[in-house]
Amino acid sequence: MKFPIYLDNHSTTPMDPRVLESMLPYFTEKFGNAASRNHAFGWDAEEGVETARKQIAKLIHADAKEIVFTSGATESNNLALKGVVEMYHEKGDHIITSSTEHRAVLDTAKTLEAKRGVKVTYLPVDKFGMVNPEDVRNAITDKTILISVMFANNEIGTINPVKAIGKIAKEKGILFHCDATQGVGKVPIDVQDMGIDLMSFSAHKIYGPKGVGALYVRKKNPRVRIAAQMDGGGHERGMRSGTRPVPLIVGFGKACELCEQEMAADAARLSVMRDRLHATITKALEDVYLNGHPTERLPHNLNISFAYVEGESLLMGCKEIALSSGSACTSATLEPSYVLRALGVGAELAHSSIRFGLGRFTLDEEVDYAGKRIIETVTKLREMSPLYEMAKEGIDLKSVQWAAH
Amino acid sequence: MAYSEKVVDHFNNPRNMGSFKKEEDGVGTGIVGAPECGDVMKLQIKVENDTIVDAKFKTFGCGSAIASSSLATEWLKGKTVQEAGKIKNTDIVQELNLPPVKIHCSVLAEDAIKAALADYQKKADSK
Repeated sequence: MKFPIYLDNHSTTPMDPRVLESMLPYFTEKFGNAASRNHAFGWDAEEGVETARKQIAKLIHADAKEIVFTSGATESNNLALKGVVEMYHEKGDHIITSSTEHRAVLDTAKTLEAKRGVKVTYLPVDKFGMVNPEDVRNAITDKTILISVMFANNEIGTINPVKAIGKIAKEKGILFHCDATQGVGKVPIDVQDMGIDLMSFSAHKIYGPKGVGALYVRKKNPRVRIAAQMDGGGHERGMRSGTRPVPLIVGFGKACELCEQEMAADAARLSVMRDRLHATITKALEDVYLNGHPTERLPHNLNISFAYVEGESLLMGCKEIALSSGSACTSATLEPSYVLRALGVGAELAHSSIRFGLGRFTLDEEVDYAGKRIIETVTKLREMSPLYEMAKEGIDLKSVQWAAH
Repeated sequence: MAYSEKVVDHFNNPRNMGSFKKEEDGVGTGIVGAPECGDVMKLQIKVENDTIVDAKFKTFGCGSAIASSSLATEWLKGKTVQEAGKIKNTDIVQELNLPPVKIHCSVLAEDAIKAALADYQKKADSK
């Protein structure tokens, strides 16, 4: 086994060597500008870009013309929300989104509230982190121009009822944007069947390169228009100017092609591994709680709270394994995960959460090792925890008068 | 964030981890912090003839919180009650090289020392 072990695949993924191989010629031999129309260098580059566009579109059941390249999902989310608000401001000024969205959506919505006077409804989620489509329906007003709900959550892996939300959006004639950064390439997504009008995703979450992403923009039924947020040469059908990063786009295309071919097998293998890890941990330790939905979740995601143990200390105790925690101590804000808080998870359990993100290159032995080390470390830290000691003495921790600081 | 060597050492080899019986003669107990804030420290001292002869801690919190309380027990042992009251959080920050975002861990350790001393004093006075 090689150390450190990488189990943080929601954060980013290693690039698949096959993706790297597809990219290499576009750095040196086929280095042209895809917008150069009158020489072979440009044609070669354009061919690479257009092949990638087809590969990407195929994975999500879209048309190649509906793919707009961006620098990543953050830019795609910004472009979708800001672009729709600017284009459709005469129709209305209300957006519906959810409280567990990624910051790229939440902070964009907040900016639109502050700078453009847009009204935003932040829908609550249930205890599993799921948006209720009926809540979406009830939040719609005659001023609503956009619904933006994520496909799957980046912390807890809960998959939203996207198709039901898409149906409501269609019924009401409102545009539906979906941040599918965590879902694309991991589970089947069909923008036609799911009624998605705009969709953000990126390459580096699916074993492709960092620095490139896409926004799917529906062309028919309805034809979606967005105002460009970057002025320049009018690339990407005028929606996103800037010279296309050809090698990155080629790699993105290859990554999508591989996902299309291997997604089902990857998901099957990783969900078995993930379930075994979960079972091993719950068998060995008491007071561990699953965060997120028990079944409607990404196949490679596991998020657990270990009561009486603080998340950052747990990561420090297993530092040969790359993991992530919802603990405040791992964030710059000193607040524990807003996603877990939105689920109704108590702050003390939010501080105790660990996210495991498995990936295409995760080995059985790595997951087994991680399970063993987590169990050892939790046991050690509980011995050190005054909360565990009090709980063992039968003291109800909720009844204690804590001096909050 | 990278941890200082001393924090890592205290985290991996905590000094004086454990508990005394609260009712025991000469034992002062301080519990500070709150679970929802992500750190709780329990610090205990055992006093004989005005001198702290032993100290123990248990901490729920990040590595720096664990290290701060572990260090505090090391420093408390052998000090008189008066000397112990003079330990400052800034001394802990300096010794452990805590970054600004972890200063609250040292504040909590100072609070825990003060709470344990106060509890000892209260028990002594009520005799």
